[in-house]
Amino acid sequence: MTARYQSITNKLPAIVALILLLVIWQVLTGCGIVPSYMMPTPISVITALVTQFPVIITHAIITLQEAFYGLLIGIILAVVTATAMIHIPVLDKALYPLMVITQTIPTIAIAPILVLWMGFGMAPKIALVVLTTFFPIAVGTLDGYRSVDPDYIDMMRSMGAGKRAIFIHVRFPMALPGFFSGLKISASYAVVGAVVSEWLGGFEGLGVYMTRVRKAYAFDRMFAVIIFIVVISLLLMLCVKLIARAVMPWTNK
Amino acid sequence: MSLLTAEHVTKIYDNKTIIDDISIELNKGEIVSVLGLSGSGKTTLFQCISGLVSPEKGQIILNGENITGVPGKISYMLQKDLLLPHKKVIDNVSLPLVLKGKKKADARKNAGEYFEYFGLSGTEMQYPSQLSGGMKQRAALLRTYLSADGGVALLDEPFSALDQITKEAIHDWYLDVMRKIELSTLFITHDIDEAIVLSDRIYIMTRCPGRIRDEIIVDEKRPRNKDFGLSEEFLKIKRQIRSILERG
Repeated sequence: MTARYQSITNKLPAIVALILLLVIWQVLTGCGIVPSYMMPTPISVITALVTQFPVIITHAIITLQEAFYGLLIGIILAVVTATAMIHIPVLDKALYPLMVITQTIPTIAIAPILVLWMGFGMAPKIALVVLTTFFPIAVGTLDGYRSVDPDYIDMMRSMGAGKRAIFIHVRFPMALPGFFSGLKISASYAVVGAVVSEWLGGFEGLGVYMTRVRKAYAFDRMFAVIIFIVVISLLLMLCVKLIARAVMPWTNK
Repeated sequence: MSLLTAEHVTKIYDNKTIIDDISIELNKGEIVSVLGLSGSGKTTLFQCISGLVSPEKGQIILNGENITGVPGKISYMLQKDLLLPHKKVIDNVSLPLVLKGKKKADARKNAGEYFEYFGLSGTEMQYPSQLSGGMKQRAALLRTYLSADGGVALLDEPFSALDQITKEAIHDWYLDVMRKIELSTLFITHDIDEAIVLSDRIYIMTRCPGRIRDEIIVDEKRPRNKDFGLSEEFLKIKRQIRSILERG
């Protein structure tokens, strides 16, 4: 009961701040201080979200597919790369600068090039999600591998463990917290990455829908999609948190 | 013949001799301490004996076999308990058996038989973070014991992180368990009292470079009386060791 109460108390300031923001938004737009063609009222945004929900969902399925495939490929590539780097020092020296470079590439600039290379289908969107999600997971996993206390390795060696056993029993499980903290960031990037790539070319998806409603000056729908993306990203982060808890039960004890 | 012998072991790091021409031996069933001040190279000596590092000179003989530079032959418990936080206590303890090729279920069953012996009953399915400091050391000791194929364990200041009361309680328990399981132990400590209470013999190391300065025999049969630590014999040995260490 005390823990539950404390949990609610901890979240209270954020909830109050959010409600306050919505009230200010409603007052500013509802009283006409900010004209409605520049900023819709929260109520009209919610109305748009409800009325347009079937359409948004149709587009969201495409976006979520791109985000999911991109994130999945990003996870596999990142874990394989980080694992190879921790075992082969030359690879670590060769790849780390390249990894940092992938993070500095401006998404908005690379997206049209990917469309040019891969067409208007799902491939360039997935590629962009891979590019945005790869780095946090790779760095998180790599940091996890590197943070292993060398005494654990000595302890394992003293018991006659080889490299493979040390990886299975020590390195990999101890890298999991780093992997999941990277994955949490990447999960939030995944949907945004897919939407940004859709903005720059495509036939369906939330990004495509947003460009259409923007051209029609239907800002209430635009905001409705933004809120939808925020909620989806938060849900994805929550999923990662729940999976992390299930996979690493020792961190809950 | 001794169970374990380190002969003329010398280890050099970056042109600096850390330990120099060290020869020690351990007989079956003995508890022998290596006592020295910080920086005397005690841990380096144990790394050489356990095979984690290869000495520049000298050799390590276990049961007549030269095991210099070969890890996995002698069980080695490092300063920290080093229980893997992601494994349950039973899996931590049975890890050496799994590494030797036993199936997980068999290894668990085998290790589980010792839990009562080591005062760990009921902790099998807990994670190390749920154990007290003393219990963690017991679990680490049991793992070390199960890893000790050759009947020899090296313990590197295993109780240094414990408070005085817990330490004294675990000393009594430790001597009792060692008597039952007949594990021959080489023990590093910088605590003179601990060395005298636990050991049959004490090697005293000097530093820069680490050399064996003297060997003290604690002529008090085990199991020892609880008041041995307050006896005249104990104080006599303590004075002797202090004078050797002060001379350097």
